[in-house]
Amino acid sequence: MKNISRKTLLSAFGILFLIALTYAGCNQSKTSLSGNEAEQVYVAPGTYDEFYLFTSGGFSGQMGVYGLPSGRHFKTISVFAQNPETGYGYSEETKAMLNTTYGFIPWDDSHHPEFSMTDGVPDGRFIFINGNNTPRVAKIDLKEFETTEIIEIPNSAGNHASPFVTENTEYIIASTRFSIPIPQSDVSISSYKENFKGTISFIKLDPKTEKMNLEFQIIVPGFNYDLAHAGKGPSHDWAFFTSYNSEQANSLLEINASKNDKDFVAAVNWKKAEQYLKEGKAKTYDAEYYRNYVDHKTQIAVSEKNNQVKVLDPKDCPGMMYYLPTPKSPHGVDVDPTGEYIVAGGKLASVIPVHSFTKMMKAIEEKQFDGEIAGIPILKYDAVVAGEVKDPGLGPLHTEFDDNGYAYTSAFISSEIVKWKIGTWEVVDRIPTYYSIGHLCIPGGDSKKPYGKYVIALNKITKDRYLPTGPELTQSAQLIDITGEKMKLLLDFPTVGEPHYAQAIPSDLIMKNSVKFYKIEENGNPYAVKGEKDSRVERKGNEVHIYMSAMRSHFSPDNIEGVKVGDVVYFHVTNLEQDWDVPHGFAIKGMNNSELLIMPGATRTIKWEPKKVGVYPFYCSDFCSALHQEMQGYVRVSPSNSNVPLAFSLGN
Amino acid sequence: MNTKSRIMVAVAALMLILTFFFPLWTIDLNAPQYPEGLGIRIWLDQISGMKPNDLQSINGLNHYIGMKVIDPESIPELKIMPYIIVFMIVFGLLNAYMKNRKLIYIWLILFIILGVIGMYDFYMWEYDYGHQLNPDAPIKVPGMTYQPPLIGSKQLLNISAVSLPSTAAIVIFISMFLNIAALYVDTKSKKHEN
Repeated sequence: MKNISRKTLLSAFGILFLIALTYAGCNQSKTSLSGNEAEQVYVAPGTYDEFYLFTSGGFSGQMGVYGLPSGRHFKTISVFAQNPETGYGYSEETKAMLNTTYGFIPWDDSHHPEFSMTDGVPDGRFIFINGNNTPRVAKIDLKEFETTEIIEIPNSAGNHASPFVTENTEYIIASTRFSIPIPQSDVSISSYKENFKGTISFIKLDPKTEKMNLEFQIIVPGFNYDLAHAGKGPSHDWAFFTSYNSEQANSLLEINASKNDKDFVAAVNWKKAEQYLKEGKAKTYDAEYYRNYVDHKTQIAVSEKNNQVKVLDPKDCPGMMYYLPTPKSPHGVDVDPTGEYIVAGGKLASVIPVHSFTKMMKAIEEKQFDGEIAGIPILKYDAVVAGEVKDPGLGPLHTEFDDNGYAYTSAFISSEIVKWKIGTWEVVDRIPTYYSIGHLCIPGGDSKKPYGKYVIALNKITKDRYLPTGPELTQSAQLIDITGEKMKLLLDFPTVGEPHYAQAIPSDLIMKNSVKFYKIEENGNPYAVKGEKDSRVERKGNEVHIYMSAMRSHFSPDNIEGVKVGDVVYFHVTNLEQDWDVPHGFAIKGMNNSELLIMPGATRTIKWEPKKVGVYPFYCSDFCSALHQEMQGYVRVSPSNSNVPLAFSLGN
Repeated sequence: MNTKSRIMVAVAALMLILTFFFPLWTIDLNAPQYPEGLGIRIWLDQISGMKPNDLQSINGLNHYIGMKVIDPESIPELKIMPYIIVFMIVFGLLNAYMKNRKLIYIWLILFIILGVIGMYDFYMWEYDYGHQLNPDAPIKVPGMTYQPPLIGSKQLLNISAVSLPSTAAIVIFISMFLNIAALYVDTKSKKHEN
């Protein structure tokens, strides 16, 4: 009796256990966490994250800054979009950053953050990011987390394969996704094959002045150039670009650009290009473009217009450029840490082709060509391919590398990350992502020395992952542990804008250089006041310049009279604080502009054109002190024909 | 006086030169919103912040409670103290040369008197800063004064003030001690000779 009941009990438990397993299996996306994941992402209050993560802001035009492994959001850096929170793009000191040959543009679409590198390793000095819509490349200074330079790229449209830097940040490279008539002209769209071209741009970073200069462009056949990566180590002199639409379709690309079995990876020898440039092989094209930069001394953004660019044509430059046939509409192109393997993510392909740099060099030497396009030799596929990763998931896009000889490829359609071994091309692990992963990021994962540890999935769709917020849902990233044999999902965290690509770097490379405040004695803004006693109001015709200081917890002056309707008033506000984390804000009623947010020791100017008679209060908009609510003042605005004398005071 | 004692007296005098390169006293102000610390360093001839802009920050905080601005220029002691130390160095070197025990006693007593006066003076400055508050101060706590401690720590509203002698003060103590030791060594050697 006893025995029977024990058996019955055991089998009953067995069945329950099976049901539980099945249930757990069904809900894997929600309940697969078990063990110490929480501990792995827990950064105790008051302690720091191990890595900074910089994500592209996508169609917000900005850049997000996060901590890893916590996923905490620290800051949004203003890049291509005006930001009323800080006054970026509104203040007189920052407006010029958004100047282009199309006028002032308050928005762009930013996709790919890329660190400056020394010896093929991120050095923590700068991070670059592209403006996709109106082709531009921005440089962000990581001492300040501020955009300090934006260069416009002429002869380009859809600046997508951008920015990617060479091993020692000799060049920042960028190329066109949309081919266009070069130079621009009024032609029929159906004359695409005849008139449309692409360009690959090489922006030089001056090692001393750290200024960007568009050194030269290469004019290329009118395909869509999608992504890029510079070589490293043995492939130091080369840069690689994917292209699709080798069909050169100009309408319904989803069908018409997906016909060819193979498109191309373009390999460009930039050292050779430099040499041809020196030899005078370049033609000078008339091309207007802006370079906007923050002047070191005044901290004011200045626009500089350029009118010409040097253009190399591969026809005149043998040995500078080759096409590597690559199946099928390749998207990402990634170079492994050794610089030997070039991995292309053929987004419609059933395998991931991996090209060998050694084989490529040999094929070039032996002239193993399969025809040419516009003077660019096409290498034979079999002569350059090192191997193919079979069963890599559907829609493979991008690949990053760890420090143990493995590659991780994102697969958009099958929504997963696939881990495979370099050399054997064998898939060893896969993990689902939620949902529809685009890029992925491993700290240092596109450099010579990956830090490994985590892979971050950058997802396009979140659906049921978070509390719903109406039709628009958050974008998101997922943190995955890659230290073990099996990848392990640790954390979901929402991101600002669309996180196309992201890069991560150890915190200590950046935090030690972070500026705490600007020294007031080094403030070179011509409208700065170095102390309260210098604060004043001056009239120049109908312009009124208010040289104002801000100090806890008052503005000087705080009572201003004699401003008239029709005047153009400039508030030049200097924050006199010399203490960490004490910005002041400035806002005045009815201002058709954003607030100012002024860092300690800095000066910012906002323009105000009062239209109605009255007394207008202004105040500090960033809570600064126990007496923040007292930090206010008034401007009296009189009729345009009044005789109220200009007067200003503090503490009368 | 024997050579050993004379060397000790000379070293004691010369080491006072160090007091020009190190602060005499430190006052550290600890508050939660200043995790990086905030403090004052008092030197022979100046008052500085622990970090470049601490003095400005402290004056900024002090204005809420109506304390006077700490302005090193307005403190005459900072102009006198360097001369006193120079005088003590010369006096000490002279003692090493003169071999007169009595003069060493005078040097010591004089230095102790000067030290006591200095401490009293420091206390009075602290008292003055802590009690002479601007009646228009934004924050007035009935019965509250803000005198920092002479030595030790004290809670002043949200700030814990810690006041301690620093390197230069310790150098002065060692200098005095060396003179006492010199006298002792000298006495001992005389006994041996007898």
